[in-house]
Amino acid sequence: MAETKEMKKIATRESYGHALVELGKEHEDIVVLDADLAAATKTAMFKKEFPERHVDCGIAECNMIGIAAGIAATGRVPFASSFAMFAAGRAFEQVRNSVGYPHLNVKIGATHAGISVGEDGATHQCNEDIALMRTIPGMVVINPSDDVEARAAVRAAYEYQGPVYLRFGRLAVPVINDRPDYRFELGKGIVLREGKDLTIFATGLEVSESLAAAELLAADGIQAKVVNIHTIKPLDEELVISAAKETGKVVTVEEHSVIGGLGSAICDVLSEKCPTPVKKLGVQDVFGESGPAVKLLEKYRLDAKGIYQDIRAWL
Amino acid sequence: MTDLELKKTAVEVRKGILTAVHAAKSGHPGGSLSAAEIFTFLYFEEMQNLDPKNPKKADRDRFVLSKGHTAPGLYSTLAQKGYFPKEDLETLRHIGSYLQGHPDMKHIPGVDMSSGSLGQGISAAVGMALSAKIFHDSFRVYTLLGDGELDEGQVWEASMFAGAKKLDNLCVIVDNNNLQIDGAVTDVNDPYPIDKKFEAFNFHVINVEDGNDFDQLRAAFAEARATKGMTTAIIAKTVKGKGVSYMENSVGWHGKAPNDEEYATAMEELRKAGEELG
Repeated sequence: MAETKEMKKIATRESYGHALVELGKEHEDIVVLDADLAAATKTAMFKKEFPERHVDCGIAECNMIGIAAGIAATGRVPFASSFAMFAAGRAFEQVRNSVGYPHLNVKIGATHAGISVGEDGATHQCNEDIALMRTIPGMVVINPSDDVEARAAVRAAYEYQGPVYLRFGRLAVPVINDRPDYRFELGKGIVLREGKDLTIFATGLEVSESLAAAELLAADGIQAKVVNIHTIKPLDEELVISAAKETGKVVTVEEHSVIGGLGSAICDVLSEKCPTPVKKLGVQDVFGESGPAVKLLEKYRLDAKGIYQDIRAWL
Repeated sequence: MTDLELKKTAVEVRKGILTAVHAAKSGHPGGSLSAAEIFTFLYFEEMQNLDPKNPKKADRDRFVLSKGHTAPGLYSTLAQKGYFPKEDLETLRHIGSYLQGHPDMKHIPGVDMSSGSLGQGISAAVGMALSAKIFHDSFRVYTLLGDGELDEGQVWEASMFAGAKKLDNLCVIVDNNNLQIDGAVTDVNDPYPIDKKFEAFNFHVINVEDGNDFDQLRAAFAEARATKGMTTAIIAKTVKGKGVSYMENSVGWHGKAPNDEEYATAMEELRKAGEELG
């Protein structure tokens, strides 16, 4: 992990729980659904405040997504919550047909995404959810990088009319966006560091790791521009193209399979509109395994050091 | 409506089904015809606060066609009720038509939920009923399932939830016509005993011996409405292909359109059936 000893660390699933409570106070039409994981997804916070608007659907994610669709069809705003593996994986077809096709106003709060789930291992480490969700027409896909961004994303998801997939993590991650001028805009990337030699597009917890990797590169005289892509769909094409033109080389970093995720989304744009050499860093078409989250990020080369080394090797 | 008026309406609904499927040269007449009385009773008698001129009326009762492939039955009923012109039924499944092969709530007036992937409609209906409970709405929710559809595990996820949450504003109807694409439901993957299964999921269960009979449907829906503290399942025994002699109880007519000659024969049978009703 990045050297962030002084930085406050919060898991974005916690942010999700807090944001739901805040929104619940402001809006009476929010219903929060869970699938027997309220303690883990942190919707238990909402349950405590608004028990009448929190519904535990039991261990039946496909039915939960259908219930969310039905609730949305009556004009209320459901947040359906489970682990990414089950919300996007198990219930994929329900999300596609019952939510995506009728473009219903369902928000999916998917926690425990990626290998940073840790000890539970491969069965619970979803590295495919971004790929699955972004193939659904009209689906918004957001992967926030820290507490500040996650809370803002939940609010933006509520304010947006239509289906939204929100990706959160189990691991406490550094708070990197706690600054007065921070603003979350759906579909807009955020330049966090300027640099002329390459652009690193990162998403989720890989944003802080990429910033730390950029520091290591800078020590070698390599200036990396770092862009936080919190919304993978719709992608900020304008920023992706301008940064690629400016730096001539692109690296993508995500705690997700390199197949179908952020890297693929960026390659889709660049290959058509601005052919640029791209190195995709992420989970390299393998399953994860059990272990402490921080050790796994290190082993799968998704910590700052691994990112730095892989970029040096590629350059 | 009187039973006679309902019977006449069901004949018109059947004509619309045949016309739509014939014009589409594809579609599912068998399960549309078996449920013609159920569709007719729901839209012309049972469901409250419907307004074809204002299909999204907030306090309307909702219907979800979980067995979405029998869209011709729903569309014909909606057209008969005045949600859209009956002539449009001939555009079913045509490119550019709003009458999609399976129900599409975004484009078809009167369709409360998109459906077609079996097992999913019942969950959406449960969600609507749950929303009504949470926010103290008075509308009721109806959903129609096929007996073949009971193979889908999601049906039982939804049923366990509805039973547990005591959604008495929800009425699940099973069109028990005994046939699915690959054959008799007992040969493919036996769903019986259907009533005991729903009972085990804490439903109030009503067995309807003849689901093509309005008297029996009227009694069943009245009992469902009067049932408090439990979700009701109406298991309605019906005849697949009902009303068209050569389609009745024939698995071959699950998902096949009649040719011109067959269409003419069917329409003549229905014309006579209507005539007999006076």
